[in-house]
Amino acid sequence: MLTKEQVLTWLEEVKDPEIPVLSLIDLGVITDVTVAENGEKVKVEMTPTFAGCPAMDYMKRNVEEVLAKYGVQDFEVRMSFDKPWDSNKVTAKGREALKKFGLAPPPEYNLILDLDILEHVKCPYCDSDNTELRTPFGPTLCRSMHYCNNCRQMFEQFKPV
Amino acid sequence: MNTEALKDLLYKIADDQLILGHRNSEWTGFGPMLEEDIAFSSMAQDKLGHSLAFYKILHELGEAEPDTVAFTRNANQFHNCQLVELPIGEYDFSLIRHFLFDNAEILRFDMLTRSSYEPIAKVATKLKGEVKYHVLHANTMIKQLGSSTDEAIERLQNSLNEALPYALGIFEKSKFDNELIAEGIFEGEEKLQTQWLENIKKVLSQTHLELPDLNTITPKFGGRYGEHTEHLQPLLDEMAEVFSIDPTAEW
Ligand SMILES: [Zn+2]
Repeated sequence: MLTKEQVLTWLEEVKDPEIPVLSLIDLGVITDVTVAENGEKVKVEMTPTFAGCPAMDYMKRNVEEVLAKYGVQDFEVRMSFDKPWDSNKVTAKGREALKKFGLAPPPEYNLILDLDILEHVKCPYCDSDNTELRTPFGPTLCRSMHYCNNCRQMFEQFKPV
Repeated sequence: MNTEALKDLLYKIADDQLILGHRNSEWTGFGPMLEEDIAFSSMAQDKLGHSLAFYKILHELGEAEPDTVAFTRNANQFHNCQLVELPIGEYDFSLIRHFLFDNAEILRFDMLTRSSYEPIAKVATKLKGEVKYHVLHANTMIKQLGSSTDEAIERLQNSLNEALPYALGIFEKSKFDNELIAEGIFEGEEKLQTQWLENIKKVLSQTHLELPDLNTITPKFGGRYGEHTEHLQPLLDEMAEVFSIDPTAEW
C-alpha cells in the first residue's frame, strides 16, 4: 500500500527549475504530504519561496506530473501560505547542493534580516568571508549578488528570507 | 468580524501593490544602471505576486477571481493611494516614491503579522521577508545618492517635495479604520504613519536631504475612496489590453 515515505521519495525527483541540483524537498517548499488510509488519495501541500516567483506554478505542475507518472489517480496539490516558507527551511543536503552548484547557501539565522548578514556572505568558491553585497536583486528573485575580495570574482547567494 | 471592513483593507493593500508593481515594471530595460533595472524589475515581480496573494484572500471572501478583479475594474473602483499611480518620471522620483512607499509597507506588513484575521497574518508573515529587501534597497540608495553630488541631492530633494503630499495619502483612513482596530485586524493608519515618519527621518538624517515640515503640507487624499489622478485610468486600460489579448498570461 502507498505510504507517505514512498511519495516523498518520488518528490525527490522534482527539482527547482532555476537550480536543477535542488529538489523541492530540499528547498523546503513541500510542507506536508498525506496519504488517505486506504492508500488511494494523496494530498501534497506546497508553499512558495517568493510570492512572485514564476517558477512556482511550474513546480506545482511537476509535482502533479510525478504523481501521475507513478500511477496515483486521485491527488490534490495545494499551494498556500499556511506554513510560510523561509530560507531556514532549506535542508542541510540542499545547502550542500547549492554550494556545489556555485551558489552561496542562505545562512541559518534568527529571521531578523540586517545588513551584516548580507555584507559578509561566505564565498562559495574559496570560503572567504571577505566579501561584499553588490545588490540584493539578482537574476532571479531568490538570488543576491556579491563580490569576493579574496578570489576577486562575483558570486550569487540564495538570499536569506 | 466585519467582512466589509476586511475587504476594504485587503483591496487597498492589494491595489497599492498591483499598481506600483506595474509602474515599477516600466523601468524594465530603462534603468539608469543595469543593477537598478534588475532591482526595479524584481521588485515589480514581487509586488505583483503580493497583490495576487491578497486578491486570493478576497476571492475566498466571495469577491471575483483575482484576474477579473485586477484587470476589469475602472479607476473609481480602485482603492490604491494616489502615490503609486503617478507616472514613473525620472529615476530620482521613482526612487523617492519607492523609499516612501516601502518604508510604510514593511510596517503595515509587520502590524498585519499580528492580525486577528489569520489568513492575513499568514500572508503578511511571509511577504514581510520579501519587502525587507525592498526597504534595504531603497534606504541604501537614498543614503548613497542623498549624500553624493549637489545635482543628485537637488534632484532627490525636488522629488521628495513633490512626492510627500501623495505619500501622506498612503495613510488616509478608511471609514472602517476604528472597527479594524477594535477587532484587532489592523492597528490603524495613524499609528502606522507615526512609526513611518520616525523611520524615514532616521534615514534622511544620514543624507543631505531635508524632510519638509509636514504641517505645511496638504495630504493628497481620495485614493482610498476611489478618487484618482488622471494617470490611473490610462494605466488600467493598458493593463486590461494586455490581459484581453492573452488572459492566461503570467502576471
Ligand atoms: Zn572567493
